[in-house]
Amino acid sequence: MTLTKSRHAIFLFCSVILKKLQSAFTDLLPIILVIAFFQLVVLRQPLPHLGEIIFGGLLVVAGLSMFIQGLEMGLFPIGEAMAQSLAQKGSLFWLLIFAFALGFSTTVAEPALIAVAWEAAEIASNGNIIDPGEESLRSYALGLRLSVAFSVGLAILIGVLRILRGWPIHYLIIGGYVIIMLMTIVAPEEIVGIAYDAGGVTTSTVTVPLVAALGVGLASVIKGRNPLLDGFGLIAFASLLPMIFVMGYGMIIFK
Amino acid sequence: MEFLLDFGKILLLTFRDVLPIIILITCFQLFVLRQPFPHLRRVIVGVVYVIVGLALFLAGLDKALFPLGKIMATQLSNPAFIYGQDVPVDTVDWTAYGWIYLFAALIGFATTIAEPSLIAVAFKASEVSAGTIKQWGLRITVAFGVAIGISLGAFRIVTGTPLYIYIMAGYIVVVIQTIYAPKDIIALAYDSGGVTTSTVTVPLVAALGLGLSESVPGRNPALDGFGLIAFASLFPIITVMGYAQFTHWAAKRSKTIIKED
Repeated sequence: MTLTKSRHAIFLFCSVILKKLQSAFTDLLPIILVIAFFQLVVLRQPLPHLGEIIFGGLLVVAGLSMFIQGLEMGLFPIGEAMAQSLAQKGSLFWLLIFAFALGFSTTVAEPALIAVAWEAAEIASNGNIIDPGEESLRSYALGLRLSVAFSVGLAILIGVLRILRGWPIHYLIIGGYVIIMLMTIVAPEEIVGIAYDAGGVTTSTVTVPLVAALGVGLASVIKGRNPLLDGFGLIAFASLLPMIFVMGYGMIIFK
Repeated sequence: MEFLLDFGKILLLTFRDVLPIIILITCFQLFVLRQPFPHLRRVIVGVVYVIVGLALFLAGLDKALFPLGKIMATQLSNPAFIYGQDVPVDTVDWTAYGWIYLFAALIGFATTIAEPSLIAVAFKASEVSAGTIKQWGLRITVAFGVAIGISLGAFRIVTGTPLYIYIMAGYIVVVIQTIYAPKDIIALAYDSGGVTTSTVTVPLVAALGLGLSESVPGRNPALDGFGLIAFASLFPIITVMGYAQFTHWAAKRSKTIIKED
């Protein structure tokens, strides 16, 4: 009796894992097809190191299914629990501090941002905008990183305040676009491309689920807010504000 | 052995990325909220899954996808491949770059489907909308947006037209769409612009932009290599709102047809 039960449990466990792996494989299938098509049909070359590629592909499938499992067990519950207990505490001050700290701390050490900041410093130095040399490059890159991290913190803070107050998102976003357009006209050309890209690199794979769960959680706890209408939008602010700040930073430094 | 070392390094880096969040939340729990965390053990296991899973994911991409994708991006933008062998290339003919536009679109689409943060947002959106927004529907719509964006971005690098013209035109389209789109999709549409570009898409797209701006005559990698990511974050906003507008319009139309009958 117990044997069939435990056998049943094992079977159930395996089928759950298989399902996760299968869905992760489906997620990756388009990449495999695109690479195979271009390598074999367009470029007409054999796949190099096939064994290594298959091994890497298996790692990707396993990693993605583990990540998604962890998302449902860890990141989403954390975001929701924080939203709930902060809303219950009823202190606007701490909620906003949390929002700012979440945005700032997850961005300031983001590897993609560090890479972009360094590239931007090199461009600025090649264009004789800042002094050449390790020291000035480093301080330029650090300044850029800090201003992006600060802007992401501020963005999450504004986004949370919007959810609380129920401001319509499109006025804020369109207002942001107008500012970006005006700044693009006056900002130095070298910084514009970097600034546009900075918006995309700030939101990392771990931050996004957490921030989404926080926003949706807040919107479902607070009376009169609709989770779909008000819960989303934090990530949009986090990609918009860095563009403004990076262009602003460029305008101040390049003058 | 070497692989294990690499994996350990990636694991440590991933842990370092997550560390600020862990510190922040622990501090808030201990000093501000002062209450036990619900289902603490399960959540901790979940966070471990996230860290290990992400590290495996990145290690696998580093081993399988990124080297190949980067080589392909440079090979496809190589003038010898585009114009045929031994032809001196002085002027740019944008029509010769057909494979590049197709590669840009397909790789943008494919990497977006695999993007973990988009999976997370699609999951939340379908949960919150009680299933009206389908996970795959949102992901495919966003991926289409990225495909159009990257392809257009490649065209821009080839022709050398200024970036801001495209971005401003895109913004104007977004603003007009915002006025007419169903209100409950707007926030989600804006968000889907930000989530498309992370772990999988950025390295490949950056390689494509750099390879292209190095090989197209007259382009400067420092100026023209940037900007593809901006395209990839702008166009999903347009496609998501456009899709919502279309379904809204189709639903309305079928209603009036029923009424007329």
